[in-house]
Amino acid sequence: MITEALLLSAILFVIGTFGVLVRRNAIIIFLAIELQLNAVNVALVAFSNLHGIDGQIFVFFVMTVAAAEAAVGLAIIISIFRHYETVDVNNFNFLKW
Amino acid sequence: MSPLIQGDGQPFGGGEYEPLVPGLILLLPLLGFLANGILALVHARASANAVREGGELDLGGRADRPSTHTWPTWIGPGVMGGAFFLTLVNFAGMFDAQLHEAVVISYWTWMATGTFAVEAAIQLDQLSMIMMMVVTGVGFLIHVFSVGYMRDDPGYPRYFAYLNLFVFFMLVLVMGASYPLMFVGWEGVGLCSYLLIGFWFGDREKSDAGKKAFIVNRIGDFGFLVAMFLLFVEFGTLDFVPIFEEAEALVYGGGLVTAITLFFFLGAAGKSAQMPLYVWLPDAMAGPTPVSALIHAATMVTAGVYLVARSSVLFALSPIGSATVACVGAITALFAATIALKQNDIKKVLAYSTVSQLGYMFVAVGVGAYAAGIFHLMTHAFFKALLFLGSGAVIHAMHEAYHQTHRQADPQDMRNMGGLRAHMPITWATMWIATLAIAGIWPFAGFFSKDEIIWQIAAFGGAEAAAFPILYTMVWVIALAAAVLTAFYMTRLMLMTFHGTNRTGEKESGYLNEAPATMWVPLAILAPLSLFGGWINVPEALQTSWAGLSGALPTTEWLHHWLEPITEQAHHIQEVNLGELGHTAPFGGGEVLWAFISTSAALLVVLAAVRVVGSEEIRDAASDESRLSGFGKLLLNKYYVDEIYDRFIVNTVRRKAEFFWKVVDVGIIDRFLNALGWVTKGVGWGVSMFQTGAVNTYAFVLTVGALIVLGLSVLT
Amino acid sequence: MVTILFYLFAAVAIGGAIGVVLAKSPVGSLLFMVTTLGAIAATFVLLEAHFLAAIQVIVYAGAIMVLFMFVIMLLNLGHDYEGDFRGGLYAIISFVVVGAIAGVIKNDLVGTQQLEATGAESIAAAVEESGVVGAIAHPLYTTYVVPFEITGILLLVAIVGAVALAKRNVT
Repeated sequence: MITEALLLSAILFVIGTFGVLVRRNAIIIFLAIELQLNAVNVALVAFSNLHGIDGQIFVFFVMTVAAAEAAVGLAIIISIFRHYETVDVNNFNFLKW
Repeated sequence: MSPLIQGDGQPFGGGEYEPLVPGLILLLPLLGFLANGILALVHARASANAVREGGELDLGGRADRPSTHTWPTWIGPGVMGGAFFLTLVNFAGMFDAQLHEAVVISYWTWMATGTFAVEAAIQLDQLSMIMMMVVTGVGFLIHVFSVGYMRDDPGYPRYFAYLNLFVFFMLVLVMGASYPLMFVGWEGVGLCSYLLIGFWFGDREKSDAGKKAFIVNRIGDFGFLVAMFLLFVEFGTLDFVPIFEEAEALVYGGGLVTAITLFFFLGAAGKSAQMPLYVWLPDAMAGPTPVSALIHAATMVTAGVYLVARSSVLFALSPIGSATVACVGAITALFAATIALKQNDIKKVLAYSTVSQLGYMFVAVGVGAYAAGIFHLMTHAFFKALLFLGSGAVIHAMHEAYHQTHRQADPQDMRNMGGLRAHMPITWATMWIATLAIAGIWPFAGFFSKDEIIWQIAAFGGAEAAAFPILYTMVWVIALAAAVLTAFYMTRLMLMTFHGTNRTGEKESGYLNEAPATMWVPLAILAPLSLFGGWINVPEALQTSWAGLSGALPTTEWLHHWLEPITEQAHHIQEVNLGELGHTAPFGGGEVLWAFISTSAALLVVLAAVRVVGSEEIRDAASDESRLSGFGKLLLNKYYVDEIYDRFIVNTVRRKAEFFWKVVDVGIIDRFLNALGWVTKGVGWGVSMFQTGAVNTYAFVLTVGALIVLGLSVLT
Repeated sequence: MVTILFYLFAAVAIGGAIGVVLAKSPVGSLLFMVTTLGAIAATFVLLEAHFLAAIQVIVYAGAIMVLFMFVIMLLNLGHDYEGDFRGGLYAIISFVVVGAIAGVIKNDLVGTQQLEATGAESIAAAVEESGVVGAIAHPLYTTYVVPFEITGILLLVAIVGAVALAKRNVT
């Protein structure tokens, strides 16, 4: 079952990656990133079945970081939205010069 | 080491030598420089403001001059007086003590890299003490003289700032306990020389003269540096004491020590104006006359002699190095003396005379007579400073006279002088004393120092195992010839300046006046020194003869014994390798006989010159139409050395420089660099296309990158 | 039975994930996401990680997703979903790239022998000794106490950062 869990993790991860690549709505991109994090969590839990409790503790940390990231990321989206009245990442091309 | 023995065989008084604040001797001129420098800056700003407002800083009334102009009068000579006093105290302390080893006082570590460390340390020994006495003593008198000479110059505070800085660096040069520290002083005095030669930088010719001095000195400094590197490679240190202790391990006459001495001599030749690097010194006369007296006659130019005397152990180990020093010195002495015969500018005559006398000093140190070289250095400092200051007084008077009548004429041209004796008797009397001293007439100072040098050449050439006896015979003959020429051109100078009829002009002659007290008092102090200064080192052989007034003269070879701790190692090397020195001159005769011959020859030449020059009709510069021809013309034009240098060295370098500038630099390097710039710009423009600023693209590239990494990990 | 359940929840999770990516409206996307999270929580249970399953539901689905919902509602993005999806060549290339990644991973996993749950016994022993929560809490407060404290600081920084970013500029 561990192998299957790892496969599930891989599938979820690439779906998340695909979402990040093809969506334009910043919030949905964010959701896709959360999906990738969850895929990693699945892998970690699967590995904890192989190597002991440490994997689960890592998941714990990943969740904490995800929460922090969500808070800051959403705050950034809000402030960008205030500025541009949109959350379409096609308009966010100021990451240059 | 043998104890220091005074002439009568009594040891010096015992007692320990405790240096009294020697650092302060150095610090005082530096403080003077800082104080005067700040005043000069304030002064310059004030005069710049005055110029901006359409006028100029008024120095007219002497009573109400700005304080920036009056304070240097006290600060400049004041710090020098203090330094001289401290030097005297220290000298007295050292005189009392039997000092065998140099006192080295280290203040801090200047730089340390790996095993190499240079301490900021001063070395007090008999040699540096003599040099300090000359520098501070003569320097003090010249500072006092400058007060009168430069009084009305708008750059007065700047002048004293430079002069104080010069003295500081000169003291670093003579007091430094290692070659790098000496080099600091060496470069520092070069800088000050440059600043002071070009003191009136508004005049293109004068600022060029400063540059010339600086550049020619660079050639010599290269030699000094290379010699230092060689020393470091061999000894791993550059401090005087350990180097000289270990130097005897070197092979006598070996290649290394010969190279070191030759490179050191290149440095010395640059600084001390020896062939072929002497050309800057005559041009250096563009500076104020007291500067010529202090820097270009009494102190800085003797640094090369000091260097050789300080490194006496190394030079003694290299017969080739020493012979080079002696030969170059002799040739320079004769060469410069012949040029001086036909010069009309009073300062030029003295400049060539200085070059010639420096040649003498090098002959002395080249034949291992280090004490004699330092002796001549000291007496020369007295009488040449006196001559320069006297000529300064003359020029000052001439300048004043022309200034009063608004006439444009050269106040330095001797053809415009004549008969000044009636107008400036003190200057006349003191300068005659100096002239007789430099001519080498008994009992003036120059007689003893010059005679000792000539005798030492003979003695060295006549040593049992002398390296090049014939060479030293030639040097001996040249030295005698140069001595005779010296007597001639100096007498000519005196006659053209002070005797005969006055050629300044009818109106002008009324304004010719004796110099003020600040100027003639230093002359009056230097005159007895030029007269009696030689008596401190009366040779043993002469002391009991007529020349020593049958033993009435006070001391026997005092300076010789005083410097023994410095020179005895070199003398020991000499004795081991060359055997005992000779006792007769090349063509027979002893010391007493040749002393008599040389002084009477000099006296005869002086008298002959009085007849020859006195009978000539000299016309003032403007109406002088006599054209010299043949050898005289060659001499007047200084053997065309400057022209030859221009033609063959300066122009070649300039052509090459032009080639490198226009072809190599502009044509190749600049183009290459520009092309490099364009390529970089183009590549940057191309790559910047990837930076879209769109987050998606970045995410995509990131993913592709992840795929590549993963794929590589699978494949390998 | 457990294996069947696992496949079932895995299918739900994958379906939800596809829904997240393909749903037109952000709210729809979010609801698919909640579904996926729930399914993942169920797989956690099946993988004997009971505490994490609870946390997954409470923190992820309950807190973070609600936060997302707040933002979507706050921004009031309306119903103009046109052009939200990058179609065409870009989507195909992206699909190929992520497919390649998945292929590489699958290639890696399938070749290996069946993995044995060697760590499961130690977990079971820890749960036996100090309960489901204690089994995680014990190492968290001993071995991992420093990272744990650092996450506390991280959260604090995140809060301050979020407030600073989101608040209106007071002029």
